[in-house]
Amino acid sequence: MRFYRSHVLVCGGTPCILEGCKAVRDALTEELKRRGLDEEVRVVETGCLGPCDLGPVIVVYPEGTLYEKVAVRDVSEIVEEHLLKGRIVRRLTGEGRLAGIVSYKEPEYLECQERIVLRNCGIIDPSSIEEYIARDGYRALAKCLTEMEPCDVIEVMKQSGLVGRGGAAFPTGLKWSFTANAVADEKFIICNADEGEPGTFKDRLILEGDPHSILEAMAIAGYAVGAERGFVYIRGEYSLSIERITKGIEQAKAMGLLGRDIFGSGFSFDIEVRKGAGAYVCGEETALIESMEGGRGEPRVKPPYPGTHGFLGMPTVVNNVETLGNIPRIILNGPVWYRGFGTPKCPGTKVFTMTGDINSKGLIEVPMGITLRKIIYEIGGGIPGGRSFKMAQTGGTSGGCLPGEMLDVPMDYFTLPEMGSALGSGALLIMDDSHCIVDIAESFMRFFVRESCGKCVPCREGTARLHHIVEKIAIGNGTYEDLRVLEDLSHAMQKTALCGLGQSAPIPIMTMLKYFKDEFEAHIKDKLCPTGTCRL
Amino acid sequence: MDVMPASLDSLESTIKEIVARHGRSEHELLAILDDVQRAFGYLPENALIEVARNLDMPLGKVYGVATFYTLFSVEPVGEHVIRVCENAPCHLLGADTLIDVLSQELGIPMGGTTSCGKFTLKHTSCLGVCGVAPAIMIDDEVYGNLTPDDIPVILEKYR
Amino acid sequence: MVTIDGLRVQVDAGTTILEAARKLGVDIPTLCHHPDLEVQATCRICVVEVEGEKLLQPACAFPVRDNMVVRTNTPDVRSARRVNLELILAHHPTDCLQCIRNRNCELQALAERLGIREVRFERKLRGIPLDESTPAIVREPDKCISCRRCVAMCRDVQAAAVLWPVGRGVDTVVAPACERELGDVACALCGQCIHACPVGAIAERDDTEKVFRALADPTRHVVVQTAPATRVSIGEELGFPPGEIFTGKLVAALRRLGFDKVMDTDFTADLTIIEEGNELLKRIKEGGPLPLITSCSPGWIKFGEHFFPDLLEYVSTCKSPQQMFGALVKTYYARHSGIDPKDIFSVSLMPCTAKKFEAERPEMASSGYQDVDVVLTSRELGRMIREAGIDFANLPDEEHDSPMGISTGAAAIFGATGGVMEAALRTVYEVATGLELPSIDFQEVRGLEGIKEAEVMLGDMKVRVGVAHGLANAKRILELVRDKERVYHFIEIMACPGGCVGGGGQPIPTNMEIRGIRGNALYVADRLLPLRKSHENPAIKQLYEEFLMEPLGEVSHRLLHTHYTERSKYPVSCYPMSQNACD
Repeated sequence: MRFYRSHVLVCGGTPCILEGCKAVRDALTEELKRRGLDEEVRVVETGCLGPCDLGPVIVVYPEGTLYEKVAVRDVSEIVEEHLLKGRIVRRLTGEGRLAGIVSYKEPEYLECQERIVLRNCGIIDPSSIEEYIARDGYRALAKCLTEMEPCDVIEVMKQSGLVGRGGAAFPTGLKWSFTANAVADEKFIICNADEGEPGTFKDRLILEGDPHSILEAMAIAGYAVGAERGFVYIRGEYSLSIERITKGIEQAKAMGLLGRDIFGSGFSFDIEVRKGAGAYVCGEETALIESMEGGRGEPRVKPPYPGTHGFLGMPTVVNNVETLGNIPRIILNGPVWYRGFGTPKCPGTKVFTMTGDINSKGLIEVPMGITLRKIIYEIGGGIPGGRSFKMAQTGGTSGGCLPGEMLDVPMDYFTLPEMGSALGSGALLIMDDSHCIVDIAESFMRFFVRESCGKCVPCREGTARLHHIVEKIAIGNGTYEDLRVLEDLSHAMQKTALCGLGQSAPIPIMTMLKYFKDEFEAHIKDKLCPTGTCRL
Repeated sequence: MDVMPASLDSLESTIKEIVARHGRSEHELLAILDDVQRAFGYLPENALIEVARNLDMPLGKVYGVATFYTLFSVEPVGEHVIRVCENAPCHLLGADTLIDVLSQELGIPMGGTTSCGKFTLKHTSCLGVCGVAPAIMIDDEVYGNLTPDDIPVILEKYR
Repeated sequence: MVTIDGLRVQVDAGTTILEAARKLGVDIPTLCHHPDLEVQATCRICVVEVEGEKLLQPACAFPVRDNMVVRTNTPDVRSARRVNLELILAHHPTDCLQCIRNRNCELQALAERLGIREVRFERKLRGIPLDESTPAIVREPDKCISCRRCVAMCRDVQAAAVLWPVGRGVDTVVAPACERELGDVACALCGQCIHACPVGAIAERDDTEKVFRALADPTRHVVVQTAPATRVSIGEELGFPPGEIFTGKLVAALRRLGFDKVMDTDFTADLTIIEEGNELLKRIKEGGPLPLITSCSPGWIKFGEHFFPDLLEYVSTCKSPQQMFGALVKTYYARHSGIDPKDIFSVSLMPCTAKKFEAERPEMASSGYQDVDVVLTSRELGRMIREAGIDFANLPDEEHDSPMGISTGAAAIFGATGGVMEAALRTVYEVATGLELPSIDFQEVRGLEGIKEAEVMLGDMKVRVGVAHGLANAKRILELVRDKERVYHFIEIMACPGGCVGGGGQPIPTNMEIRGIRGNALYVADRLLPLRKSHENPAIKQLYEEFLMEPLGEVSHRLLHTHYTERSKYPVSCYPMSQNACD
């Protein structure tokens, strides 16, 4: 292996690509070559580094200097000053907007973060299986296959307390045990990468940044439950994820880390990629399975659950990308180590995606139980433009909306539901006081109208009615009776809809009515928007 | 649509080839429809019939699937499909204005196709690039951190 | 042991809450549930509270478990049910008074039962136009509540998979492929979707007005034929429970409506047996093509033309009894009675919607006129009798008119699955062997088993017969034939489950239980008739002597036999097929 004195990591996550990181990468490579530094300095395109709104982002190691919003015209200066003369280009280290974060290694940015799932994201070249292996990659699988019985693996998962990170928070070990105990000709592992919750892009960036960790985890799951085939179901819009994971599968197969008789253990496991075609509801596991079988992505009646009756009617484990991302570390470091993170009831970390009115938008991984205040003000750099916080929606568009009084609530899968909200997929939408609640509510409801699959009555008809009523209020035609109907309708949807989509569609409305009722009433009674920003 | 194969023979053989590539199984329907749409720009009725015939499955089911997923279209679409995200993160940061500007620039409402057949304007589900909201996707290309001023520049690339 | 509303009941594992509750006399309201179809669980009306479950659960789908405690009538349940029903109603027209399902609509009954007095959502209809593209079935998509029972019926029971959900979300509709009209797609027009539909979104084309007009026209000689399966079902249209046969009252009611002659399709059912039986013997003698497949069911015929064009050579060339009757009424009967066939208006009373299509086939005009002018379903005749104010219950029993009014028990059982086969065997055996049958009851081909088989010795030849009812079963047996996995000499196929007693034109409700009851009644009728073999029918003998001369003869060939048309599985107008795929 060649020795390089410096590594320049160029974030190749989709947000940075949109900001032109490829041109920056090419310019860097070109400039290094021109100056004869290409033998000394290596350019690595990595997965997402996190601060997505600062892209293109690059990090220079060994110093760990993070440069943000790097343009092609900045490249020669970085090479000249930093890589040749060893002087950090302060101008590009973000002293302006993101005060305090001058270096990727400095504690302010990472002190509150614990990177388990994202440990390789932004560090390694995701298209290189060697780099993954160099950071203990596939060691967890080897450990399972050579030192552990399948039941031991499940036991470790149970003890770790890991729960599903897609939103349902079902204990992963328990889920695996259902499938492990089922007797069938064939069993399947499905990685649910149909990330569609607005405001969520963690799975995309995990798949882009560290595809092998997901493949490894799937093979571990396969070993634990007795499955020999796995599928990664990725939404069709995520072309880079599809490309990276497909390449990852090829590499792993070529090295014998997937395929027949892995590590000579007799265990075989193969993975295929399936592409979605644009349907949010396919994030629901039975809808996903319907879609994989070539049907309309409509959820099935449960029970029976996929654990025993899944893909092709066979026992099937469906795990979210982030859930899987935890697994290799849990296997290597043990459940006790894992329980050291987060809260006793809800161990581990959570990946959040911060969007909306927040200074630092992007991807973070923090211990479970962290407060909203800490995320927004310490990690996210607060609200831009000197405005004040109004509301945070946790868990994506199907999550609840929390007011300022709730900023100190611990964020985990058990506390938020008590507040009428949900941790969900980990999307955090921050809204400042310039926005109108009713206007946002209307936007939320429009989403559900578009995404309802149309199978069950409460969701098919209910989402359209929720939207219709909120729209009426938004344009000043609402009545107090409408608020009562909204409540009854929300109750029926939450209690009787066939799947999580219809059950959670009313959550934003319910929490908004709970915490921001006065704003609805102003639209009804005074026909006025208190913020003066909506259509009224 | 000029991307359509000229003769029926070519439609039949194109679809036969696509089905053969994925395997003659109902489970491959989404992947097959995806490729058929890439070949013809959209999913014309006679293509759906060919798919149904090749997979020996009810046409009604094929059509039911084709109309369920937003990335499929059974109506002819423009050469370039512009998908605008107006979910909450994009909405907060001005997706509505982008839609107005796009509509105005192209002279079509959401869901419409320009008379020259160049552009179709559609909604999209969340593109998962909310860190750089508001965002749009043109064909397979995503654009983020957009302001109304960016729109004419971007459109120019496709005109 | 489970507890429902405080009552305890012991049920088998896997029983649904709905079934368990019904055992206890607790009738949980349902809408998308149908006893014969796959569980839909889409309407969320039957939701109940289950202790330990966070959400309300659909009773139709949720299996009981030991020590489960269920409450079916709490304020929470009632409120949710009401909202879900209001959501459906807000999307459904309110013109119940003008609806073909008025007073026989599950949605209407449910709204009444739940005491809906207001709908709190703004009414909004889809505005999708009527589909009147076929002569048999009218779809009114605006009334569709997307329960998907028709989808399950068409796909699972009838194997045609014509109806499918289209689109997504609130815009989801149930429609034929590519949102074509029914007339464009491979629909058998069996009408089973009508029985699946809880509301008036699918119905028969109503032809009663045409008949009333003909009856009022003094220049018309209006003749009606009554199909075997209608006499056992017409009572249900007029307030009687299923299972009673009303042949005499039916004839009397038709006379009171003003029909000039009331004759019987049972007569031509006997005739069919003679022609088809001889066709079978001829094919056996000439070495094929075998199996001979019956052709009485026009739903099956159209299905076969779409899905099994390669097997059409096996199908009997005999017209159905309706069309044999139609061809004879404007020839034989016209000559017999001295009436100009152009003045004869030929009506048939059928249990069937596909018969309306059959009557309009271009080849069904061998008399020189359209052989059958109007087909009425049992439901339409029920409406006519009610509208005319005929006191059906107190009518005297009257006899069919001659010369086409006498029939046998063999014809009576035509209306039940296996009946045509049994009737044919009674005749074929005796004609082929010259011996009298020791027992004329062929139990193996009776009953509601999907596919029934039997072996019969015709002298020293073993004849294998098969019977299928419902098009999914038909498809199964035809695939066995196509793949040469099973050898049959003779197959009876009926499009509708249970045979014609379960026809698409029969009274609503028609379900498996009622199909069984009606079928059994026909077998009882058979047993009570003095003549039970078609070849013993004196009127048939007379017909051959006076008119047809001999089975499969020249006149028969011209009037009683037909041919079939290969049709595409797919809409054809957009896609040129190499053969004459579309007629």
